[in-house]
Amino acid sequence: MMKIVVCIKQVPDTTEVKLDPKTNTLIREGVPSIINPDDKAGLEAALRLKAQVGGTVTVVSMGPPQADVALREALAMGCDEAVLLSDRAFGGSDTYATATIIAAALKKIGFDLIITGRQAIDGDTAQVGPQIAEKLKIPQISYAEEIRNEGEYMIVKRQYEDRYHTLKVKLPCLITALAELAKPRYMTVRGIVGAYEADIKALNFEDLKDGFNPDYIGLKGSPTNVWRSFTKEAKGNGIKLTNLSADEAVAAIVAKLTEINLI
Amino acid sequence: MNFKLSKMQLLQQELFRKFAENEIKPLAHDMDEAEQYSMELLEKLQTCGFLGVPFPREYGGGGGDVLSYALCMEEVSKVDASTGITISVHTSLCCYSIFEHGAEEQKEAFLRPLIDGSKVGCFGLTEPGAGSDAAGVRTFAILDGDEYVINGTKVFTTNSGFADSFLVFALTDKSKGMKGMSAFIVPKGIPGLTVSSNIPRMGIRAASNCEVAYENVRIPVFNRIGKEGDGFKIAMQALDGGRIGIGAQSVGIAQGALNEAIKYVKERKQFGRPISAFQNTQFKIAEMQTKIDAARLLVWRAANAKDNHESYSSEAAMCKLFASDVANEVTRICVQLMGGYGYSREYSVERMMRDAKITEIYEGTSEVMKMVIAGNMKIK
Repeated sequence: MMKIVVCIKQVPDTTEVKLDPKTNTLIREGVPSIINPDDKAGLEAALRLKAQVGGTVTVVSMGPPQADVALREALAMGCDEAVLLSDRAFGGSDTYATATIIAAALKKIGFDLIITGRQAIDGDTAQVGPQIAEKLKIPQISYAEEIRNEGEYMIVKRQYEDRYHTLKVKLPCLITALAELAKPRYMTVRGIVGAYEADIKALNFEDLKDGFNPDYIGLKGSPTNVWRSFTKEAKGNGIKLTNLSADEAVAAIVAKLTEINLI
Repeated sequence: MNFKLSKMQLLQQELFRKFAENEIKPLAHDMDEAEQYSMELLEKLQTCGFLGVPFPREYGGGGGDVLSYALCMEEVSKVDASTGITISVHTSLCCYSIFEHGAEEQKEAFLRPLIDGSKVGCFGLTEPGAGSDAAGVRTFAILDGDEYVINGTKVFTTNSGFADSFLVFALTDKSKGMKGMSAFIVPKGIPGLTVSSNIPRMGIRAASNCEVAYENVRIPVFNRIGKEGDGFKIAMQALDGGRIGIGAQSVGIAQGALNEAIKYVKERKQFGRPISAFQNTQFKIAEMQTKIDAARLLVWRAANAKDNHESYSSEAAMCKLFASDVANEVTRICVQLMGGYGYSREYSVERMMRDAKITEIYEGTSEVMKMVIAGNMKIK
């Protein structure tokens, strides 16, 4: 019986996220929310693993109370239990503080295998999963494209740009999932009805405070903060100089480079 | 008054919408051209619980209500009305009749496999001589020992090409007219049961719709749903509820066509600007969306009345009468907005306009809807 815990994040379903210019954080109101795609693949992989080897799948998310929708979707896909980590004190956490809180919660919940997504489409850091593993002092394998269980080991195919590594790692361990790991199943009609009857377990600051140093969570406890966020501007067309001799071309290029202080 | 869906209904709607977009929409055109429903798609619908939405989970159903079912019908019909009618006939005509009138053992034997995703059902009432006048049925079921022997022919039986269970209406006592009608479950493959090939039609061409002949078909008394003589009542109740589904299907067809047209008019440029910039286009779209919203509210009102166990016969008839009219008007205007491309079979509004017509005909014509509404108003 394997206790699989999947960490998911609710993210805005759009590439055109708007930023609050004052706080440099995402404006979430009015933007439809989804389960982060890598995390959803992790959920699917966990449900398949459960079907093969038995056990339970617990889904965990840190976020505002509205993140319960993502947890209910996970329940409607077939997860057994859902836990929401929510407290004003958790707000504004960077990846380090987030991992600190989630690791404390996972210690409390218990696990044999932890699956997180590789990275979230709203932050793209790919740091939370690995940091959770470090906090929990368990082995981690990131960028998983295939996973299977062999007794007390997990066999993981890890993707690189130009090659794969197949690794064997002893449980308990943490795996970060790529979207390619598994195509998520649909919820079922009865699953949704069940998901709205189920209780979502809520853990707040009080429940978790013994598991971390309160100085290292939330906005104040975050060692990094976003200095400035901005929407990237598309590069304009380059300048084209034609009908120049070789010498004139060299002179023009040198002049331009000097002008923009590159030489 | 609250016109908002609950969080659970919103999540259900999201499931229906995503499934429709990803699984049904890519097949709709080819299924229509081939006049053949995809069995692979049918299996996927069963897996996700689309064939048991409004039935209790203890029988293997989805545990949703009539409103969830209406949401399902709208979302699937936005991309493919054939899928809509496949679900509708199975759910509100066949399964609902067994759920409402079947004995406990019959629900276990017949309803469970239909709503847990193992089997598909159909509903045979219409005959060559019995359409709106359902009392004209000439199929007979004669008791012979502990079996009924069924003889007769049904037409336009939706789903019959692949159905596992046939809910069929036959006269057990011809002297009593419509009060001599009874309902029976006939399993697929039984000797004497013949299903014709698909009847060629104008629209909903992917749906299975055949003639079904019963020639000395023998079934046990256990397969009779309700008492002898209950058949007409069972059929009329099923059709009352079915009309909510057809209303939702009509709303779906209309909204699906309008969504396609909106996409098109924003991209299509004539006279130097997108045709969406013309006031004619804007006014047409505004009128269409207003009518669709009104139709949807009528559907939700009827679904709500049924969910609250209030009388809903008039509400169901009104939602079907109005929504089917809107579906025909909207699809016709969408074809017009899209011009030659709208008329082309490469664009889905052409199919949607053909599909819309049947909503004014099946499960009670618009004329029958007016009879029901006026009758309920005691206009004589």
